[in-house]
Amino acid sequence: MAELLSVRGLRVDFVTDGGVAQVLDGINLAVGPGEVVGLVGESGCGKTTLARAILGVLPAGAARVRGGEVRFKGTDLLREDRAVLNDRVRGRAITFIPQDPSTSFSPLFSVQTQVMDLMKWKSPRRQDGDGARWPLRGYPRERYRADRDAVLDALRAVQIPEPARALHRLPHEFSGGQRQRLMIAMALLPQPDLIIADEPTTALDVTIQAQILRLLRELVKARGVSVLFTTHDLGTAHEICDRIVVMYAGQEMEAAPAEAFFARPAHPYTRRLLASVPGPGGELRDIPGDVPSLIAPPPGCRFHPRCDHATPECQARPAARALAPGHEVRCHHPVEGPLGADA
Amino acid sequence: MNGRLPLLELVDLARHFPVRNAFGRRTGWIRAVDGVSLAVYPGETLGLVGESGCGKSTLGKTVMGIHAPTAGEIRFAGREIGHLPPGERRAIARDLQYVYQDPGASLDPRWKVLHSLHEPLKIHTRLGRAEREQQVRAILAAVGLPDAHLDLYPHELSGGQQRRVGLARILTLRPRLVILDEPTSGLDVSVQASVLKLFRSLQETFALTYVFISHDLAVVRAMCARIAVMYLGTIVELGETAAVFEQPRHPYTRSLLAAVPRIGGRRVTLDFALEGEPPNPRDVPSGCRFRTRCPLVQDRCAAEEPALRDLDDRRVACHFA
Repeated sequence: MAELLSVRGLRVDFVTDGGVAQVLDGINLAVGPGEVVGLVGESGCGKTTLARAILGVLPAGAARVRGGEVRFKGTDLLREDRAVLNDRVRGRAITFIPQDPSTSFSPLFSVQTQVMDLMKWKSPRRQDGDGARWPLRGYPRERYRADRDAVLDALRAVQIPEPARALHRLPHEFSGGQRQRLMIAMALLPQPDLIIADEPTTALDVTIQAQILRLLRELVKARGVSVLFTTHDLGTAHEICDRIVVMYAGQEMEAAPAEAFFARPAHPYTRRLLASVPGPGGELRDIPGDVPSLIAPPPGCRFHPRCDHATPECQARPAARALAPGHEVRCHHPVEGPLGADA
Repeated sequence: MNGRLPLLELVDLARHFPVRNAFGRRTGWIRAVDGVSLAVYPGETLGLVGESGCGKSTLGKTVMGIHAPTAGEIRFAGREIGHLPPGERRAIARDLQYVYQDPGASLDPRWKVLHSLHEPLKIHTRLGRAEREQQVRAILAAVGLPDAHLDLYPHELSGGQQRRVGLARILTLRPRLVILDEPTSGLDVSVQASVLKLFRSLQETFALTYVFISHDLAVVRAMCARIAVMYLGTIVELGETAAVFEQPRHPYTRSLLAAVPRIGGRRVTLDFALEGEPPNPRDVPSGCRFRTRCPLVQDRCAAEEPALRDLDDRRVACHFA
């Protein structure tokens, strides 16, 4: 399968008061066309940094891209011209669904103003250079009408009742679930190839989360859009993803099709993580130790100080090892067999 | 819970908040807690689950005395405490403690751990300095921190250690009932497991009774022997956790459990049927509050509010359970 997005050996450092934090340490990741890929990991593991690096919106002062590439449809986004990125990629071919929709809308403007502002620049009907010269009035009337119809269709697709009236309301008049539906509509409107969704259901209740996950999966599958879905919740990942990549302290540990990921996880970290979900019998298994500092991370595999299987070999970063088609693990001592026996 | 006396008993407890317009005139009421009756027995962990806005936290805070009850009774160890004068109420405060989402955040950043841990003892007991010191050290050891941490400021501790100090501070008074309000939300699963383990060991060491408020059903299932499910200010189902999870009787409980993502097997969202969102608590539907979203709804549900009635092993508020 030709990949839509392929991240190879990406390294990102953050300059902080305490020193240089190696936030991404040679990350590899691939997203195929029409595929929903879950990026799973605990807070601070670098999921959001990776999502931002792909979009090219890392904090300019602090972040330094130290190496690697982000290939999207063949071009390396890290070396692409900024104007082209702004015009054709960001918000257009790659769109974004944020974690917290309430802080992503401006509280002062109606939904219509904000959605149409997006469409003015990012509509699939926009011609090159359209509006660029006269930013204040360059929204051709014909296109405005077509775009507005598309917006109403999109609101219907995400099941917002009475879309025409909804457009005139302010963001605070919608519930959290409705606002996230609006965000999904806005992410789909530019007809992107890839949507990056950063923990989009973390702030929602379970019943609303179930509705949103189902809706999102149906919509992207119907349109053939790929999704990179970051989450810290393994259950959510199970609900929506075709394939899952697990990250720990800035390194990817294992990538596998969802079914194999949950049935036969091979990396000791993945197995400990899955085992720490409270079971129905009330058993609780934590992972001893703490997540390492990214300023002075352990050499090699960053999980080895907490790992039961660690040997001196683990001081060097293991290469990716393919266990089955699509199932790769970066570990010197992958564990075989179903979950539950060892952890 | 046969024959044992409840430590905490709520009888038709209600807490309503006025809604006011721009001129300060009351235009309605938010019925955050609306007629809740339940009992908590010594030594148990009662789970209180429901979605945001269902009134779980208001219920906890009303029991604590942070909100005054609008109606109904709160009986603690057999005594009505909902309407006591402030002086008498304060004497009970030490028996009842409330743990916020992040207990570490309640520490004063300018105080050393030592100072923070002594403060509740100074206020509520007449112990001398040496006795207080002894008690503080014992508690600190119980939450798994070394004595050396007494001389540190909160910012010198990690988040997990701050949490432990926050818990130690709550436990220095040896409370009988601890209300844990979403104690693990925002934590990663691996950290969550160690926090839950700590709660369990503290419960054993200090013979605590917990009310565990959470929206995370997997955590509640792991921690609580009994659960109460809340919807829009009322309890819709109350029973042994295992039985409720095995065979939920109220349609809301069924939907709630059906929405929880399960690892492995078929995706639960494929079969999830509950439409819509909870109504505004300012505008509670007539009759059964769940009827606007209920798959089993009939005319009777709009006319008649179902009472929480005994049904085999539990209590359910539904005409058709």
